[in-house]
This record gives sequence, structure tokens and C-alpha cells, in this order.
Amino acid sequence: MTATLNQPIPAAASRLMGMGAARGDQIVDNEQICEWIDSSDEWIRQRTGIRTRHRAAEDVSVVDLAHQAGAEAISAAGLDGSQIDAVLVSTVTHPYATPSAAADLAHRIGATPAAAFDISAACAGYCYAIAQADALVRSGLARHVLVVGVEKLSDFIDHHERSISFLLADGAGAAVVGPSETPGISPSVIGSDGDKWGAVSMDGSLLPLRDAVAEVRRTGDPSPLTAPERTLWPTLRQDGQTVFRWAVWEMAKVAKRTLDEAGVTAEDLVAFVPHQANMRIIDEMAKQLRLPEHVHVGRDIAEAGNSSAASIPLATHRLLQEHPELSGGLSLQIGFGAGLVYGAQVVRLP
Amino acid sequence: MADKNEILTGLAEIVNEETGLETEEVQLEKSFTEDLDIDSISMMTIVVNAEEKFDVKIPDEEVKNLSTVGDAVDFIADAQG
Repeated sequence: MTATLNQPIPAAASRLMGMGAARGDQIVDNEQICEWIDSSDEWIRQRTGIRTRHRAAEDVSVVDLAHQAGAEAISAAGLDGSQIDAVLVSTVTHPYATPSAAADLAHRIGATPAAAFDISAACAGYCYAIAQADALVRSGLARHVLVVGVEKLSDFIDHHERSISFLLADGAGAAVVGPSETPGISPSVIGSDGDKWGAVSMDGSLLPLRDAVAEVRRTGDPSPLTAPERTLWPTLRQDGQTVFRWAVWEMAKVAKRTLDEAGVTAEDLVAFVPHQANMRIIDEMAKQLRLPEHVHVGRDIAEAGNSSAASIPLATHRLLQEHPELSGGLSLQIGFGAGLVYGAQVVRLP
Repeated sequence: MADKNEILTGLAEIVNEETGLETEEVQLEKSFTEDLDIDSISMMTIVVNAEEKFDVKIPDEEVKNLSTVGDAVDFIADAQG
């Protein structure tokens, strides 16, 4: 006789219950950037729409930022940490291969023994995590999931590099996903294009740094670590034109497909919140999608810069602060970045 | 299929829409960056719109070779075969 297995009892639907934000408290303006690269405030604004970017102090960690945003989201959801049974952290800047930022965060918010893991999907990380949280809640595997997109990109940039560093910022945005009687998260469209693996990436692996340290120890000659042509600490690079083209025209198709899968049209939206990569990408995407006038477009990038996995929840958080009447409306969110990877869904704003 | 004059006219319209430059300023010998002051992002928008208008593929690695309007016209004419 074969025993009958239990399976989790699924929830009818899921929704966002509350959001939170943490921004680095150091505001870096374009004048400061121009001390590192030969550029001007006007050039940077024209090409990127960025006036300032928020960066965190040296002693503030990814988990510190995540903790601040996560605590706000839990409180906004009307919960306390002990009611969170899964913690998902999307980040590419947690400086430990293991253990995860999520396990530390779960402990700090009082959610132990919640399930906890990190997701590496760069600027699509928040949308990947919302897709995962939606699946966990609707399958019945978790009841309340804390999702945090967090980056401390300032640890992984070369100030003198011109392709991407001057765009980048630090911050964390969080959302709690929980059960709902009516659908609050559409089917997610998530995918990748590894053919463009190098289009946005670190400029090398960490292994040469390990080897250089070993060589210095063996020979006593410091030059493997100090030679100016050796940049051993990997930092980010991008092929801007390739990324721009992919981000606008391929991602506009993904955004349209997401609306179709959600069974809604652009008319039904109150907001469009794309990853805050570059204002020109945001503007061109909005144009491609032919968004009606009433749709608010997330443009947090002007003041906050590009904070990768944190940018969508941060921009959404700002929209809800500036326009509380958007609460309860539908927002199309789409993240895209290094991998290349993308993720999108329509969510009902908390 | 369009002849080179038609391609130039079509390209000038695309440049005008993206940058606001008068179509008469878009001439074969003009450099996109030096003379027309078109940045890399606008260039990509022009390239994608040109692909659609002329039904050709302009690969990313080809874009950097298109330094003048004439280069772009020639490429599009060749690509149309």
C-alpha cells in the first residue's frame, strides 16, 4: 500500500502588501563625477538624464541597506518579521560568494527560520524575485515572502571608467508578497540571452587577484599587485550601444508580451516602472509602448542613478510617495540587464 | 528597393525626427558625430528606425563603421541588394 502524500494547499492569488526603500545617504553630483572622468554636467544629463546618484558610506553593507528597506516593507504590510517565511534577496554586489545576504537579512528582521536565498539576475533581479515570491505564495510553500532588490555598486566600479560607472548607485527596495483573494501579480515573463553574456559584465573574474596575491607572497615582489596595468579588482563594464538597442527594442516587445499575458492593455495601467538604466532608454521604451498620458512613468534615475536590482522598487516607492492615489492601480514593471536577462510582470500597487 | 537618393531622403527624415536637424543638413559627406553632433544613443535609434524603414539588418558591429551619412546610405543600398 502506497501512503498518500500531503502537498501544500495553494493560495488563490498573491499580491504586493507593502514596500520599503533605503537610499545611500551620500549624494554624488555630476561635478564630482567630472573629477574622475573627462566630461561635463551637461553631457551626462543629456546622455543619461542623471543629475545625482545616491551612494552609501563605506561602512554600510548590502545587508544594512536591505535591512532598512525590508523593515519598512514588513511594517507597511502590517506584519512583523516573525510572519515572514521566505526572504529573497536579489543582488550582484553582496561581497561573499557564500553565505547569502538573505540568510543574514532573515535573521536580522526576526524571520529565522524562514527560507532564505539570493538571486543573481542583475538589473532584472527584482522582477525575477517577484516571480519567485508569487510562485512560492500561490503554491502554498510560503505565506509571506520578503523580496529585496539591493546593490552597493560603488564597491564594484572604477571611477575613471566611462562606459557605466558614472551611472551607478547604491540602494535597496523591498516588497512583501502575500496571499490575496484577487490576482495582484500577473504571469511573469522572465528570460535570458546568454549570447550577449559580455554586453554588461565585470571586466574579469576574481581568480587572477588570488593568483597575484599568491605570487607576491611567494616572490616578495609586489609588482603583480601594484602594476598600474593590472586591475585585479573586477569592476563593471558595458557595451552601451548594444545594450541600448537590446534594452529598448527587444524589451519593448517583452513589455508588450507581459501586458498580453496579464490580459490588460496600456490603458489599464496607472504606472510604468522600467529598470532605471538610463533616462534615454526609459523615454524611448515609453514611446515604443505608446503609453497613454495618464500613465505615470518611473523616473527615479534623475536623482537616484542606476541601482540595478534596487531601481524598480525604489522608483515604485517614490511614485507611491509622490502619488499615493496610484495605490490599488496596475503597474507594468520590467527589469533587464547583465546576463543578459530580463523579467517583467504587471502588479497591483500596494 | 530604393535608389541612393531615396535612401538619403528617408534617412534624413529619420535623423530629423530623432534630432530635430533640418533634412537638408543631412548630406552624404557629413559625419554623424562631427558634423551632425549625433551621439551614440541617437545613432542607435536612427539605425533601428532605418532597419525598419528600409527592411535591412544593420548589426551592432557594423554601426561603428558608419561614420558618414554616405557610409550609411551605401550600407543600406548594399544590404537591400
